[in-house]
Amino acid sequence: MSATNGTPPAPSTGSPTNGDGHRPLLETRDLSVDFGGLHALDRLDFEVHEGEIVSVIGPNGAGKTTLFNAITATVDVSAGDILFEGASLMGLDANRVTARGIARTFQNVRLFANMTVLENVMVSQHCRTRQHAFGALFYTPSFRREETEIRERAEKVLSFFGSRLVGYRFDQPAFTLSYANRRRLEIARAMATQPKLILLDEPVAGMNPVESAELTGMIGRLRDEWGFAIVVIEHHMDVVREVSDRVVVLDHGTKIAEGDYAEVSTDPRVIEAYLGHGTEAS
Amino acid sequence: MTATLPPETGAAGASAEPPLAASRPALAQDWRRLVRMGAVGAVAQVFIALSNMPVRLDERVIVKPVLSLGYLTLLIVPFAAGHRVGHQIKREGMPQHAAGAHEVAGGAACGAVAGGGLSLLAVLLANFDLREPLVNWSPMLAELLAFGNATRFAVVIWLLIGAAVGALGGGLRLLGPRTRRAVVTMALAVGGAAVLEPLVVDLAEGMRLEALTDRLYARRGGINWTSALGLAAGSGILAVLGRGRIQQARAHIAELEGAQRTRTNGLLILATAAVLIVLPLFAGKLTNELLANVGLFVLLALGLNVVVGLAGILDLGYVAFFAVGSYSAAVLTAATSPRINPELPWLVALIVVVIITGLVGLFIGAPVIRMRGDYLAIVTLGFGEIIRLLFLSDWLSGWFGGSQGITKIPGAGIFGLTDVAGTDPRRVFYLVLAFCALAIYVSWRLERSRLGRAWMAVREDETVAEAMGINTVNVKLLAFVVGAVLGSFSGAIFSAKVGSVFPNSFLILVSIVILVVVIFGGMGNIVGVIAGSAVLIGVLGGPKQPGLLAEFSEFKLLIYGALLIWMMLARPEGLIPSVRRSRELHQQEMAQDAWLKGQVEDDNHDDGGSGPQATPAT
Repeated sequence: MSATNGTPPAPSTGSPTNGDGHRPLLETRDLSVDFGGLHALDRLDFEVHEGEIVSVIGPNGAGKTTLFNAITATVDVSAGDILFEGASLMGLDANRVTARGIARTFQNVRLFANMTVLENVMVSQHCRTRQHAFGALFYTPSFRREETEIRERAEKVLSFFGSRLVGYRFDQPAFTLSYANRRRLEIARAMATQPKLILLDEPVAGMNPVESAELTGMIGRLRDEWGFAIVVIEHHMDVVREVSDRVVVLDHGTKIAEGDYAEVSTDPRVIEAYLGHGTEAS
Repeated sequence: MTATLPPETGAAGASAEPPLAASRPALAQDWRRLVRMGAVGAVAQVFIALSNMPVRLDERVIVKPVLSLGYLTLLIVPFAAGHRVGHQIKREGMPQHAAGAHEVAGGAACGAVAGGGLSLLAVLLANFDLREPLVNWSPMLAELLAFGNATRFAVVIWLLIGAAVGALGGGLRLLGPRTRRAVVTMALAVGGAAVLEPLVVDLAEGMRLEALTDRLYARRGGINWTSALGLAAGSGILAVLGRGRIQQARAHIAELEGAQRTRTNGLLILATAAVLIVLPLFAGKLTNELLANVGLFVLLALGLNVVVGLAGILDLGYVAFFAVGSYSAAVLTAATSPRINPELPWLVALIVVVIITGLVGLFIGAPVIRMRGDYLAIVTLGFGEIIRLLFLSDWLSGWFGGSQGITKIPGAGIFGLTDVAGTDPRRVFYLVLAFCALAIYVSWRLERSRLGRAWMAVREDETVAEAMGINTVNVKLLAFVVGAVLGSFSGAIFSAKVGSVFPNSFLILVSIVILVVVIFGGMGNIVGVIAGSAVLIGVLGGPKQPGLLAEFSEFKLLIYGALLIWMMLARPEGLIPSVRRSRELHQQEMAQDAWLKGQVEDDNHDDGGSGPQATPAT
């Protein structure tokens, strides 16, 4: 999973580096996304290093999800650059970005509801497999081998979530799953694209405290056992405290604070962004 | 619902049928509902009468002196209304009333209201001449409505007939499920025998069983009423004896798993194939012609099914590929083709045809595929017409003959084994059958592959599919091309069968009919699509091809429309749905059922975890 090779590290653009001096895995430079007159992201510098878990927090409308959308090429970037492993992602289609190694989940769970649990995870391996119509029509040995591999990998990914998504659930349509399991399946689907970086958009939203705590532990395991770098958008501060190596706070599309949880949570600008000016709240 | 208050029954078990409450008194009707339903029936009957269906279809006799198809179209309405008005909405915890005099009386009243529409029409017909706006306002219709008597007779008789038939419809609710099944089977057997008359006669001739059909059918069409009674009795007995056997067998097959399932399926497919191969040997020209037509549409529908059913691209211009296939096969094989006439053997030409249609598919698909939903449908509609207009145009008439088309297409020779031409529908059918088998194999293999899963994902949610690493443009384009190639097979066979191609064989109507076939049969399901073609094309007929009920050809589109509306209301997943498609349409109900059965674990996310906790701890 190592991404570092012989190329010199990309020049830093002044954002505080947290890593060991290696080139960051993902880096945005002066990233701006405009919707009409609204600057959803405004000259944002953001970076993720290998094996790092970064939390992105901020009030509603701060541009957190827009950041994810910009990275995964779901919205058009107005200015700036996004580098992944030193190469620009600009101008790539969303599927090419995924093929480069960035997977994501969605804030409002978006599974393929009528496909089975297993199929959901099998279909997301599309960009890692290559059998085409020919193999399927003539049932070639390589087609059969690849189908088996896809299936085995899917089962392996699903077994990461314990007994919840395995066995008889393999063949159940995704819409029969409970809310928490849908979220888990979405993460499994992202894992199956074999990424280097996973973007989790509010992974514990709507879960109860027990499920939430369990998933928090899983985010750590995703890094430790599977070697993914992870960016999490989250509103639950206990989750943020638990998982993050680093916290980035966005407000109005700009970065207003960055650092470990303790630093950020006492930063006056952060408190102001969430609670407003002390003088205004008379 | 104005009847006696239902007694409290308490919580009935989910599996046990709740006990029936006492039947309601005959006159305690919901009159408003009854009259409303009757009025709808009356309007429907007047509409049917003024569409000239009864007069046209009066020729086609069902039971020799008693009933013609024309009168059947009028009788079916009060029957349906009378049956429907007795329908009780099932409510959780509310007992159902037992059926009784209430249903019969209600049905009769409702049927009489519906029949009243025709009474009124008879009076109007006798006193006014509205032939100017209503072309079917004819004395023939008046005569038919009055059974050849005075208008006064028509007024009374239709009220009576409506009441009687409506009472029968309501009375159907009195029967237990078993008896009802027997009655329905009897009606279907007689109706089916009448509808399939040309087919049965044709087959019987092939098998030298004319004696049987002479007995069954009257000389000038229709079943003898004695044989109709015999047929009804026989099928009724069969239905009682074989009750539920078929369903049991089907449930048994559905429960099989793994290797056993595969073997059973294989046997079923082999049996079907054997029947389809042997049947034409005994069948005459008419049956084979019919089978060949159905096969051509099966081929087209399978192609469209890949595009619409699997990849979810609503293509309203599918006829374009049929046209390109026909024309390129014609140009390549016919000596009379205006500009180039290489006179290739049919099979060689077919290879070129596939390449050409594939390229045309790419060419049309490339701009179209980037659009979504409604826009895509409209644009494909446009392209379908553009292709036809190109073949019709003076600009290209040097190549394709313009409105003269290309004639004297030699037909298809295959390794010198068979020579398929329009004169021998049996060979055409075998050719079509071979290509249908190919198309079925292709759809079946592709559906269960990486590509098929990608198509499904695109159909479910295109944005997410893209984000999961699927190149949606390529994948959709491929669906378009596969569909185009399957359609071109049909086109190539079509031109060889008919022996000529003209631009007006490829009207937009063909696209619509194919789409209706796919939707009616069951989108995304191969068996469903085949069943849809057999029912719609075989019985009613294709855009230009006559079906078994050739008399219907004038009203074909009307009936297509009515069937489609009924289908969307009653069974939106189609005749034989794909599992996925019915899931999609009944997601909520199925989730609820699963929840009741305890298959879905508790969704116990309480507010403790989900409330906004946006404030950082300080």
